[in-house]
Amino acid sequence: MPDALVVPALAVLCVLILLGIHLMSRVKTALLGNRLCAISALLAILLTLWQGGLFRAGDVLIALAIGLAAGLVAAVRIRIMAMPQFVALLNGLGGASSALIALGAWPQAAVTGLFARFAVSLALLVGSVTLAGSLVAAGKLQRLLGQKPFVWPGHRLTVLSLLLLAAAAVAGLLTGLLPAAAVLLLVILGSLLGLALAVRVGGADMPITISLLNALSGLAGALAGMAVDNILLVFVGSVVGASGLILTQIMCRAMNRSLTAILVGQTSRAALVPAGPPAPEPVAPPVQTDPFGEAADRLGKASQVIIVPGYGMALAQAQQQVRELVLLLEKQGAIVRFAIHPVAGRMPGHMNVLLAEADVPYEQLYELDAINPEFAGCDVALVIGANDVVNPAASTAEGTPIYGMPVLAVGDARHLVICNFDDKPGYAGVPNPLYTRQERVTLLLGDAAETLRQLQTRLSETLEAEKT
Amino acid sequence: MNPLFALALFLLSTAAGYLLIRQVPALLHTPLMSGTNALSGLAVLGALSLAGVAAASGNRWLGLAAIVLGMVNVVGGFGVTERMLRLFKKRDRAGDPHA
Repeated sequence: MPDALVVPALAVLCVLILLGIHLMSRVKTALLGNRLCAISALLAILLTLWQGGLFRAGDVLIALAIGLAAGLVAAVRIRIMAMPQFVALLNGLGGASSALIALGAWPQAAVTGLFARFAVSLALLVGSVTLAGSLVAAGKLQRLLGQKPFVWPGHRLTVLSLLLLAAAAVAGLLTGLLPAAAVLLLVILGSLLGLALAVRVGGADMPITISLLNALSGLAGALAGMAVDNILLVFVGSVVGASGLILTQIMCRAMNRSLTAILVGQTSRAALVPAGPPAPEPVAPPVQTDPFGEAADRLGKASQVIIVPGYGMALAQAQQQVRELVLLLEKQGAIVRFAIHPVAGRMPGHMNVLLAEADVPYEQLYELDAINPEFAGCDVALVIGANDVVNPAASTAEGTPIYGMPVLAVGDARHLVICNFDDKPGYAGVPNPLYTRQERVTLLLGDAAETLRQLQTRLSETLEAEKT
Repeated sequence: MNPLFALALFLLSTAAGYLLIRQVPALLHTPLMSGTNALSGLAVLGALSLAGVAAASGNRWLGLAAIVLGMVNVVGGFGVTERMLRLFKKRDRAGDPHA
């Protein structure tokens, strides 16, 4: 292929990738879109190999083969349950790759010019932030690190100083005030920054962090592309950066938080914010002699049921049990729908993937705005391992992390069944008044999978008894 | 790369990505995220460019490491997205093993 064809080929690849992403935003065409993106990626790799005359470079081909094999094995082997940490880890690898490119391109860039130095130093910084942040996020999701947000005294100050130091280091490298070897300083500052940003995050802030890190890995790629004159990488990196940013925005809006607030460290727990109205005196939940019997009874008579899954379902891997319960309810003639809160779970769309794994058809899943008016007309709302996203205190508990967050209006349902591990407040630490409501609520405490198994047994018994 | 060209490309691509992804159903957030995540692994392209120019220097090792990591990101990302998307089924196709 002569050089004159390279530019049109690049343009075609760009269009194909955009088309692929476009197709991925519709359920029907998503699989096609993913494959189109994958094929475009393959073509882009081949084109770049050809451009660099690398088809005979054995070590490059071996490196590609190693990455290919490792990626394939990982993609096939990983359990759907472990998806959030896997995505976070992959994201970190992308950031690491960009950072390594920047390191490799530095000696050249150091002598080429200002812009090259600018691109390289930023790529290195953002790549390091992405790598460290993603590793911490993956570690938390894999439960290798503590789940609780880890905040040290002066955390915000630390983050701000690290940012300033990094900016100063970049400026120093650009102006030549710092020696070229000081580029390594950016790796250290970037890693510390990624660490400081990610250790503070847990629970409901995790989906936001994951999509933000995704945006950062795209940005790192785009900068690395500028550093090594690869047009396609600049293009792809920018697109990924923008898409990650949008997802982050969607998550933020769903939680009624601003991104800057999250970045500078207002992601802390309620315990740190006692400014709200005095918490109501803890009232003991009403004593229920046979909660399973009552729940089964209510469900047995229900014609409209809305199920609200949360992270507890993911943790207990209870999605199969949920599906079986749904089938049982549908057999008795009930209409069952799912209400999915945008930040339920630990990554954007987490619940959708888990329910899909359990063969729940996606037409049964409804987003917050679509389902909220429906609660008033439903016989039973069944909450499974969700807490903060159904907490009505969100509209009143000023100064708490969930204040202002739109929640699912499960309290409107004629009866409410809550399956949760315990009756303690959710991740945000704000007591949920539904737990202590004196009527129209049944609490089923314990591991969600076990609870649902029992509930299913009781429900079948109830239904059998009615038949005879 | 010419700074002006780089900046223009960056801004245009960002706008394109922004417009494309604005209206994505929540159902697809995870697959879309892991799909775009796979694309960001195309850093492997930059690594290949680097390996191309840094043929003789010690930087080649950095380039090779970047190739491996980027490639794992690309292949793992697309592979896992494919698996996730295959899970999404419509009712008629899903069948009903218990019915």
